[in-house]
Order: sequence, then structure tokens, then C-alpha cells
Amino acid sequence: MQWRAALVAGLVVLAGLSGSPAGGPLRAAGAASRLTLPPSPLSEDERVLHALNRLGFGSRPSDLARVKAMGLAAYLDGQLHPDPKPDPALADALAAYSVLDATTAQLVRDYPQPSAEMRQRLASGDMTRRELREALPPGRRPAVITAQMQAAAVTRAVLSDRQLEERLAAFWFNHFNVFSQKGAVRWMVPAYEREAIRPHVLGNFRDLLLATARHPAMLFYLDNWMSTRADRVRPPGLISPAPALPRLAGRAMGLNENYARELMELHTLGVDGGYTQQDVTEVARCFTGWTIDRPRAGGGYVFRPRAHDDGIKRVLGHEISAGAGERDGERVIDILVRHPSTARFISTKLARHFVQDDPPRALVERMAATFRTTDGDLRAVMTTLIISPEFWSREAYRAKIKTPFDVVVSAVRALDGRLIVSPGRGAIPAGGGLELAREVGRLGQPLYEAQPPTGYPDRAESWVNTGALLGRMNFALALAYNRFRGAPVPLDALLGPVDRGEPGEVLDRLLTAVLHGAATPQTRAVLAAQLESPEITRTTADDRVTRDTDAAKLAALVLGSPEFQRR
Amino acid sequence: MLPRTRRSFMKQGALALVAIGAVPGFVVRTARAQSRAARSKVLVVIFQRGAVDGLSMLVPHGDADYYGARGSIAIARPATGEGAIDLDGFFGLHPSLSALKPLWDERRLAAIHACGSPDATRSHFDAQDYMESGTPGVKSTEDGWLARGLAAMPGTAASPFRAVALGPALPRVLRGDAGAVAMTSLAEFDIRDAAAIAGGLDASRGFESLYEQGVRDLLYGTGRETFDAVKMLKAAAPQRLQPGNGAVYPRGRFGDSLRQIAQLIRADVGLEVAFADVGGWDTHAAQGNERGQLALRLKEFGDGLAALDRDLGERMRDVVVLTMSEFGRTVRENGNRGTDHGHGTAMFVIGGAAKGGTVHGRWPGLSRERLHEGRDLAVTTDFRSLFTEVTVRHLGMPAGPLFPGFKNAAYPGVIA
Repeated sequence: MQWRAALVAGLVVLAGLSGSPAGGPLRAAGAASRLTLPPSPLSEDERVLHALNRLGFGSRPSDLARVKAMGLAAYLDGQLHPDPKPDPALADALAAYSVLDATTAQLVRDYPQPSAEMRQRLASGDMTRRELREALPPGRRPAVITAQMQAAAVTRAVLSDRQLEERLAAFWFNHFNVFSQKGAVRWMVPAYEREAIRPHVLGNFRDLLLATARHPAMLFYLDNWMSTRADRVRPPGLISPAPALPRLAGRAMGLNENYARELMELHTLGVDGGYTQQDVTEVARCFTGWTIDRPRAGGGYVFRPRAHDDGIKRVLGHEISAGAGERDGERVIDILVRHPSTARFISTKLARHFVQDDPPRALVERMAATFRTTDGDLRAVMTTLIISPEFWSREAYRAKIKTPFDVVVSAVRALDGRLIVSPGRGAIPAGGGLELAREVGRLGQPLYEAQPPTGYPDRAESWVNTGALLGRMNFALALAYNRFRGAPVPLDALLGPVDRGEPGEVLDRLLTAVLHGAATPQTRAVLAAQLESPEITRTTADDRVTRDTDAAKLAALVLGSPEFQRR
Repeated sequence: MLPRTRRSFMKQGALALVAIGAVPGFVVRTARAQSRAARSKVLVVIFQRGAVDGLSMLVPHGDADYYGARGSIAIARPATGEGAIDLDGFFGLHPSLSALKPLWDERRLAAIHACGSPDATRSHFDAQDYMESGTPGVKSTEDGWLARGLAAMPGTAASPFRAVALGPALPRVLRGDAGAVAMTSLAEFDIRDAAAIAGGLDASRGFESLYEQGVRDLLYGTGRETFDAVKMLKAAAPQRLQPGNGAVYPRGRFGDSLRQIAQLIRADVGLEVAFADVGGWDTHAAQGNERGQLALRLKEFGDGLAALDRDLGERMRDVVVLTMSEFGRTVRENGNRGTDHGHGTAMFVIGGAAKGGTVHGRWPGLSRERLHEGRDLAVTTDFRSLFTEVTVRHLGMPAGPLFPGFKNAAYPGVIA
């Protein structure tokens, strides 16, 4: 029995690897079929900008010409089949973020939680804050892990040429959200994104789903690690030798439905996908025993047969026979992946993210059909989306409101900003990535810190409110006036030879570089009217009137404009 | 000609500005609403995030099982002098909450014990989510119960400051169609004075013009509201109001939040619901008893609430403060001199409308067979009953949209 389970597990691991080699999906040699794009009412420039804004994080000043030169179809083909070779410039920019490549066990060791004893001594006044800082300096605290992840996420989105891959990584992390501040999850997030999410974003949905189901981060976040058959009592010392959890010994355990419910409601079928409370309970029974080996010490996934409910289950009309152990959970995943509700739910979410808040039903149905016929090939589903007339329609153009992450990253890209990493103190990376990531948090979207399993919302209403808009305008001012020391924006280079004494020309150049003609006539008129204001043009003291346009203010106004809040 | 009160100044000042046609729509509407109707009712919601130990905050010193279960973290009997502050011979306040005792004596502080969620989750994040969405056990609810209630309130003059949360993000409870505003500080709710950035430039007017275009959509509409709100706040200048009646707020984020809520109330900007949260209640280790970690948190909590009450003075007749926490903590002390996640807890209702001087709810007792799952204080009052009574009877919200699917709306009787 034991060896069989091990063999099955090994085969599954091999199967998982063959589907998605490390470093990203490979592109079969010679299979670079050019995409055929449908006719579109959009102009050529609009189409290129649409691709850059929708499939990526906005355009850099040189992107429009570059993509036009290589051809839009070739660009999109490259985005769908990203080069598996690492990008050296990006690798350099990420080098400071050591947690990206670290195992969970390493992180638990390098960034330990202050011990219960330490916290107790601190609370009782037995230890001063200063003594704590000496014993455990801020650079060795677990908060460093999340800070580095946040900074790296911004850095990748700003710098990576594989823009679609980055956007999909953010999308799928959000779909399979875990909250970095819940217990041991904080040490698991780097491995989760690296191992469970990124390898599969253009791969197969079943691999992605299984990778998340087995990952300690998900097992911990949605409590499946402590779900056992209903009659189980935790024997003293058996499951958790970690001193952090002595109180669990001897306590009655039982079924925890948290993961089972979210697996169907949020990860696959959708809330109206046709499951019942009975299905939730049965799925939870199937996943009993899927747990974590030493959760507080960075251990990996382990199946514990003694915690598993080995009875017969019935899930969504399928009977799962007794005695299959670990394979129960895999059966559930197969049933869910092939359920028509899953194809529709996943297609709807992708179309909402990439096309419109309320995506056209016909498009969703075509994507769902691709999902079903390819058994969940996510690259094929994305291809269906990208070659659809709906994607290139006037209705979809600039129809999405940017999230705070989108706003910050696209603003830096629009002004051709750089990211500087300075050594910082200890393991806390200072610099542009972190400054901008904190700004994303202030604007209401702290990365890796969405508490609910739904992740962050993907509709305009959630991001447009008075406080939030003020925040965006203030961010625009801070960026344009180079208040982020680690993310300088080279306005002079952007303006190039434009005569600073001609505010109209400065404005035109900024509108072209940042909004690419998307400014409404009213916006252009409002901004042109601003040029008359003495605040925009400084006058020198001598008789000769030389004007020096305040390009930073104009840039801030453009970045804070309604047009720039859309993508 | 010094105006007699801040409020009459606001009314006259705003109406005077209306006369010269220089004021945004919201100021006009609010000023008119105020000259017509009486002062509006306000609800201040305080969320103790992290699950406060209700058994230490509102001590059942008269329960025969309390001292046996609690070991070193028990709060001593009132008779000892340093222990709980007796309220009714059975319950007592934690000694750190002494600032609230006068409110109890004036019958403006009501408490309810063994209150909580019908859902048994011991996950902070699920339980907070349920207490804010108002749908225990259902995670797909997109909006919060206070937002639903506000959106359904008939005929209110919608001020941009109708619902304000102090903090960087809008809490779940106010997400939805209420037009709620999140702000970290009143002083920073503005286009950052660009003068501070680069020599005398006012970017605010530029941004405002950009959003003034006659386009009807969410973005432009919100943009216009934003600048209305900024102007209204500038005109009302609530941040200039010093705390009244010598009130002194505790230092820190919680005290700052309460002080600014009082400023918004006193400046009559049309506030109906305010929200603030305060953390640090997750006392798994070294919780302490009359002194220690929890005692320090409770001191800040009680002093803050008492300062708000003092600051607002007679205005508290129109204000109700409601405190809540996602669940309580285990009855027994754990191996780290702390407590783990439990079930029922205590909540407070403060204000002129409160039926004070009473601990409401049914006390389930602490003997083992009475405990929830053999370990936690049972819940005898569904939080939805309490919240429904406070919002319906104090604010006049319609009960229907608050808690979908909730049938048992018998009020616990906390509002007089």
C-alpha cells in the first residue's frame, strides 16, 4: 500500500514536471505560427496601445514604435510564447530580493518570528524594545519577506518584457489568493508564487489547480492542513512537534470545510456553479490528510493516511470509492476541471480582467469551448481571447479602470522611469521598487495582503472613490516631481528637443508620450487653458520675458487625468 | 461679531457663500438640510480587530466558574480594591476601563455579553469578513452591511462625508453604494499642496478642471464629488476644532481617529456613519490580568471612548458608539498565559440613545457543559440582532437590506 502511494505520488510529480519545465513553458521549435488578428474598428496605433495596456502594464515611450516595427501579431505571438531564457536586465534588478529564490525552510530560519518567550518578556517589561532589536534586528523579521515580494512585483511589472506573463502571474495569484499575514503563510508566499503560480500561467489549468491545492501556503491559508476525518483525535506530539503549537495535542480534530468550499466557489465552479452543501462536505472529506509536514518549520506537502477519511464519497454526482487515499483529492480536481461551470467561470474571470467588467457572453462561451476542448490549456484560452473581435472592439477600448497597481506601474512606464535599488539596512531592500510598492498599498491594494480568499476585486466600482482618486492625483504629483528617490522620472529626456519656452509644445509632447492621443478634446482644452496660468510658466526677473514651462506639473496633471485612470 | 457656536457659523457661513454663488453643490445641499431639519443622528462604529477577550473586558466576576478557569489571567474580584470595577454585582469593567464608569453611572453606557456570530469559524479573517459583510457563512457577498443600509436610507441629503472611515482603505463594512470615504487624516484629505513640492504651484485647480468635464460616468462623477468634498472640508475646516470640554485623547492612531471623528461631527459636514478600528487584541501569550498587555490596550480603548464622549458633550444625545470584535477568546487560560480564539464576546453601546446602566443579553454561564464546543463562551445574542437594533432604531435605517436571510431580528433592547 505504502509503496503504491509513493509510486503514484512520484508519477504525478513527473507528470507535473513534463507539462511545465522550470523557467516557463517551452515553445516547440518551428511552431511559431503567426496569429491572425480579426478586423478592428481601432486604428493601428490604438490597437498597439490596447495590447500594451490590456495585456501588459502600459506603454513605455518607445513601445509604440517598437511594436509597430515588429508587427502587432508577432508581438502578441511573443507574449503568448515568452522566451524561456532569463532576462539579464530584469535579473539584475531583482538580485537584491533574496527571498525570491529562497525555500520556505530557509526563510523560517533567516526571518524567524520573535519567540513566544521573547514576546512574553517584552510584554511583561522584562525585555526592552531595544534588547529585542538587538536580539532580532528589523532586517531579520518576517516582515522583510513580504516587503521584498512587494518590491519585486512592482519591479517585474515595470521592467519585464514578458508583460503578459507578469499580468497573468498577478491575475492567477489573485485568483488563488493567499494572505501573507495569516500565520505561517508569510514564509510560504515566495515559494507559492514561484512553484505553484508562475510555471502554469500559460500552461494547463489542472496543473495550476493541483499545484495550489498541494502547496503549504494554500493548505495553511484555507485551513486544509488541519482538516481530518471527523472522529480523529490529535495524539500528543505526533503531528506538531513545533513548540508553537503544543496546545493542539490531545484536542479533538475534525473536518474543516474552508478549502473545499473555496475550491468550488472561488477556484473552479463559481458560487452559482451547481454545488450543494453536501458537495462541500464530501469534497472536504476527500481532502482530509492533505497537510503540511511541520508547517512552522517550512516543511512541504505531505499526505497523512491516518487523518484521511477513507469512506465512500459522492461529489457532484460522481461516486468516489472507498480506500483510494490521497487519490480522492486528485479525483475531485479532475471532476472540477472537467465541469462545464469551471470552463465558464474561468473564462468569465479572464474576460472580465482583459476585456470588460461585464464581458460579452458570446466571447465567454467561445473561451469556455476552448477550455473544454483543450482540457484547460490556458494559452489556448488566452489565444481565443486575443484573436476575438470583442477584444479589439471600440466598446472594450480603454474600458477598464486601472487598479492602484496598474496606475503606479503604468505611470512609471509612461514617463520611462528607472528603478534604483539601494543596499538599505540589513535585508530590507530600499529603493524604487519598495517605495512604489508602498504607494500601491497606500492607494488601497497592498500586494500579497488581500485578506479574503476572493483576492482584490476586478471591477471599476471597487477602485473609484473620493479618497482613492485624491490618492492617485497626489501620487501623480509625487512621481512627476521626483519625490520617489528610487524611481526617478527623466522628464528632460522625455521632452527631448522640445522648446521649454513653448508650453503648448511641451503639453503636446507629454500628451503624446503618456496618453497617445487618448485625451478628450475637453482634456486637451483644460490643459491648454492651464498654460495661460502664470503658475505653469515661470517668468524671469529681467526685462526679457523667457518662459520656462513647469513640465513636472503638466506631467502630473496628465497622469492624474481621468484618461490615465483607464487602460 | 463672533458666532456663538461653530455650527451656527457653519450654517451662516455656508449660506452666505451660497449667496455669492461660490460654493459646491454639496455644501449648498447640506447647509440647506441643516437649516431645515434638526441635527442628524450619527453612528460611530469601532472594530476591535483581533478578537478581544470579552471575559477580561467585561468581567463576569459573579460567575462561579470564572476564577477556576482563568488562572493567572483572571481579573480580581471588585472587593480586592484593585480588581474589576463592579457594575451590577455580577459583571464588572476591567480596571483599565475606569474612564467609562461615569458613563455607566449616567446610564449612557450599555453593554451586551455573549454576543457574536452564528458561524463557528475561529479564523480572524473569516469572522471579520462575516461581521462586516453581514452574511455569516457566505463569502461571496460583495458589499458591507452598513453600505447596504446607507444606500437604502430614504431621502437623505447625501453629503460626501456621509460615511467616513478613518484609515487608508475603505473597510469591508462600508464597501458598496454608500459613497463612503476613507481617509487617514483630515489634514491630508487634499491635493498635497504643490507649493511644498515646487514653488507656489496649485495643482488642485488643474485636476479639478480635468474632472469637471460634462461626462457622466463613474470616474468623472467621483472626481467632481472628490473636489466638492475637498472644498467642503476646507470651508468647514474641522481639523481646526480643538477637543471640547477639556477632552484629552490617548496618543496613537486610535485616539487620532476618534478625535477626527469628533471634529467631523462637530463641524456638521453631514456625517451619518463613522468607522475606526483598533488592533492588538490577539493575546495568545502573556495576556496579563489587571496589568499587562491587554490592560494597556483596554486603557487606550476606554480612555479614547471617554474622550470622544467628553469632547462631544451634549451632542452625544444624537450620537451612538457601537463597539464590536469578530469573536471572543477561550474561557481557559492556555499554556502561554494567554487565550486562544473563542466564540462569544462583549460589545458596548454608548450615547444618549443607549439604554445604559445595564448589561444586556442572556448570560450562558461558564460551566463546562454550557460552553460552546466545550471551551468557549456561547453566543446568546446574534450580532445581527444588536446591529439591526442600533441602526434601525437610532439611525432609522431600513432593516431589510442589512442582513439578508436573517429572520430572527428580536432586538436585545440596547436602545432606549
